[in-house]
Amino acid sequence: MELLEKTEEVRRELLKHFEEKIERGDAIEPRDKMPDAYRKHLIRQMSQHAHSEVIGMQPEGNWITRAPSLRAKQILLAKIQDEGGHGLYLYSAAETLGISRSEMIAQLHSGKAKYSNIFNYPALTWADVGAIGWLVDGAAIVNQVSLQRTSYGPYSRAMVRICKEESFHQRQGYEIMTTMMRGTKDQQEMAQDAMNRWWWPSLMMFGPHDSESPHSGDAVKWKIKRHSNDELRQKFIDKTVQQAQVIGLKIPDTDLKWNESKGGYDHGAIDWNEFYRVISGNGPCNKQRMEHHKKVHNEGAWVREAAEAYRMKQEKKLIHL
Amino acid sequence: MAVDSQLASWEVFMQSKPGANYIHAGGVHAADKNMALQNARDTYTRRGEGTSIWVVPTDAIVASNPDDNDMLFDPANDKVYRMPTFYTMPEGAKAI
Amino acid sequence: MNTITKQQALYKYSLRLGDNALIHSYRLSEWCSNAPILEEDLALTNFALDMIGRAQAILGYAGQLGDMEKTADDLAYRRGEREYYNNLIIEMPNGDFANTIARLLFVSVYEFYFFSELQNSSDPTLAAIAAKTLKEVKYHMAHARDWVLRLGDGTDESRSRMQAAVSALWMYTGELFETDEAAAILQDANIAVDMPPLKEKWNAIVRQILADAAIAIPADEYMQTGSSKGVHTEHLGHILSEMQYLQRTYPEAIW
Repeated sequence: MELLEKTEEVRRELLKHFEEKIERGDAIEPRDKMPDAYRKHLIRQMSQHAHSEVIGMQPEGNWITRAPSLRAKQILLAKIQDEGGHGLYLYSAAETLGISRSEMIAQLHSGKAKYSNIFNYPALTWADVGAIGWLVDGAAIVNQVSLQRTSYGPYSRAMVRICKEESFHQRQGYEIMTTMMRGTKDQQEMAQDAMNRWWWPSLMMFGPHDSESPHSGDAVKWKIKRHSNDELRQKFIDKTVQQAQVIGLKIPDTDLKWNESKGGYDHGAIDWNEFYRVISGNGPCNKQRMEHHKKVHNEGAWVREAAEAYRMKQEKKLIHL
Repeated sequence: MAVDSQLASWEVFMQSKPGANYIHAGGVHAADKNMALQNARDTYTRRGEGTSIWVVPTDAIVASNPDDNDMLFDPANDKVYRMPTFYTMPEGAKAI
Repeated sequence: MNTITKQQALYKYSLRLGDNALIHSYRLSEWCSNAPILEEDLALTNFALDMIGRAQAILGYAGQLGDMEKTADDLAYRRGEREYYNNLIIEMPNGDFANTIARLLFVSVYEFYFFSELQNSSDPTLAAIAAKTLKEVKYHMAHARDWVLRLGDGTDESRSRMQAAVSALWMYTGELFETDEAAAILQDANIAVDMPPLKEKWNAIVRQILADAAIAIPADEYMQTGSSKGVHTEHLGHILSEMQYLQRTYPEAIW
């Protein structure tokens, strides 16, 4: 009994020390003591972030072989490759918390770990490649810029690198949309259609309204999350509406209007039923994305095994020399 | 089937230009040294960020324990005589 | 008596180099989000990007040599199957990872020696492109060689897959060293690369690597041919119909 009280006292002491550190704005590093809940929250968020980058390669990857010019192909390929790289940075950062990449992938396959819901929508036309770059990456960047100041050092450092590299992604998407809006009638229709399909899912990327958000309490207190869902969503809307107007794209929201007093746009109601339907597995591409990831993972197993076997043989040879 | 392997983890250090310090860039996975070096090159120099790379197996890194921070780092805090500003220079003398 | 002019020869020679880069980049880009490990995904994409860059430079140059001035995009997106001159080995489907690596080895060793020679071409544009390409190709070659060794001396499965890949692709390697009328004309002008010495060098190094990997070398039997006349496998048509789809469907559009 005494021991239990003692343990509890130590635990409280450590938590106090940890929270003072966070309060001072010090970064938390892998070997620092941290509450279990902090570690768990980070593993969940960082692995979800990493999986999102990797699964996000699929909808755009679907268009690499059909990109309509050499320049477009080059840019798209470089962008998707960046996403793979960003997944890799994030897996490595998450591994400092004591979880392996194999475990993270296993959790993705079992459904325990999630990825961003947005990638459960299909990339149907070339304009979707533009819309994904402009809207989806645009939304992601707003979120990621905020995460550069997150309290966990390895996560923060990965985000700094990622933000530096991602700055061109949103531009390439906007450039595709701009070119199409200046193009033929077919192209303009294609662009507006993509806008209509991607606008609302992009707003959903920021997650539920602050009043409904289940995870934000500790995440805000521990400075994992630096801005609320609604703050970030507002920032994205204000920036993007202006860009849409410049190139003549209509925002598919009849309730959207400028609110002078808050200096930002008010938007119509988001269809959260759709959000929860897609998140629970009934989006257009959930099955396809996971099946693809599993298939690639399984088909690559023999290569990884061979690489390990080769290394072991080489090491044995060295010993016998 | 054997347990899935995502290969071993390596830490990557990049030198941004000749003569500069090597700075930790992040990690990669690889089965052997050659692969680690190539993977580091393909991951961390996509924008011409480096002129030289070191890769080190992650489990070869020895890190200090944060609990020892007072013992390890605080004693250096009062050694002000190691700083050039500790010393007064006579009026008119130029620094080397 | 030549049936084509030197200018026409240079046009065709450049097309072949550009098409090899373009179609190989197409095949490697198919690995994007499909590679055995994330790091390899990035590596194969890097090679594809090197090759698109090369295709742009060479096809851009070729576009100035034809009867009508054309852009690299015109040449990539508006030519049909019979007007493409890439080597057959380039257009073969990726197959498994071993097959892709075997092709990368065969082609990168070939390109290493080819561009080493082309650096000395009397055509300054081709010489400059060759110098830049050589650096990229050296790296492709190292990457391919290392994987051939790993797969050859890895597990039973990897060895048999590596062996199957080498055996299947071998009959497409002879064509890399063929000389056609265009090449012969350009060789007289010290523009094109002399092929027979190249084949010897290629054979020596490829045989050495395969021996180190304990992969048997197929007997030099029949070698497939045809691409210098624009006669391809059925695979090229599918590549083009996918690659050219938007440009063909919306001929008025600018992308």
